[in-house]
Amino acid sequence: MRFAGGVSRIADWLRQADLGSDNAATRVTRVSPWVLGAVLVLCGVTAVVLVVHLVRDRAAEDGMFVLLGLTELVLLGQLVAGCIALGSTERDVEGTLFVSYLVGTALALPIGAFWSLAERSRAGTAVVLLAVLTVAALEVRLDAIWAGAV
Amino acid sequence: MTQVGTDATNPLTAGWGRALVFAYGVFAVAATGRSLVQLSTDADKAPLAYSLSLFAAVVYLVATTSLLLGGRAGWLAAGIAVAVELLGVLSVGALSYAATDLFPDRTVWSHFGQGYGFLPLVLPFAGLAWLRHTRPR
Repeated sequence: MRFAGGVSRIADWLRQADLGSDNAATRVTRVSPWVLGAVLVLCGVTAVVLVVHLVRDRAAEDGMFVLLGLTELVLLGQLVAGCIALGSTERDVEGTLFVSYLVGTALALPIGAFWSLAERSRAGTAVVLLAVLTVAALEVRLDAIWAGAV
Repeated sequence: MTQVGTDATNPLTAGWGRALVFAYGVFAVAATGRSLVQLSTDADKAPLAYSLSLFAAVVYLVATTSLLLGGRAGWLAAGIAVAVELLGVLSVGALSYAATDLFPDRTVWSHFGQGYGFLPLVLPFAGLAWLRHTRPR
């Protein structure tokens, strides 16, 4: 399965990033830059499309839900890969905090999308936009927590 | 739909109110999570800041719930919660600049919500404007 392959590759990335922490020069380890980059780029693109719709007074359309779905797939992959990476890391990462952020990022978009469905106007578009911005903010925090912040 | 908050007769969650409730919900979860982490890890480090975090969490939870419940009572409760929130963010925001020694660790409202993109400062104004717009007649 391509998706499962993707997940294991993400886990590999996370593990590689983690191995780098043994080296003092790369002490500041990050969540896989690929996952972080993918999530932020997807959030950015979706946010721009949503802002355009918001300004033009339109409800969110199918294309946007495809983008949201793609982002959600990456986030679910990150949830699995992040838990695996947490289990195999020897560094001091706040486990509960890290997992709660992983779960939070995965939950924000579905909740926002369903919450917006009952409001098929630009206000509904604003709800989805808020959800996307929440994911971006959580993702940045997630990266910091993985690097050892509390 | 009979889900809470999707009730078409509740003007508080209709239109832009829906976006407002979502924002309050996010902050309710964020503030609750933050205060739980702070109080469970080391509660003695900054008792005042951590109690304020917990207080902020309760205020956001009350605001979200009363907006979702709607009705005259919900409107009134939301109004009180949002007013308390405004007072809180203004006073804690000012105090965190004036008396830095009181705040060895941050709260949601420190520095007028700087750590949260100043949204905690914008939210109560949006809330008050929305409640004024939807006041029961």
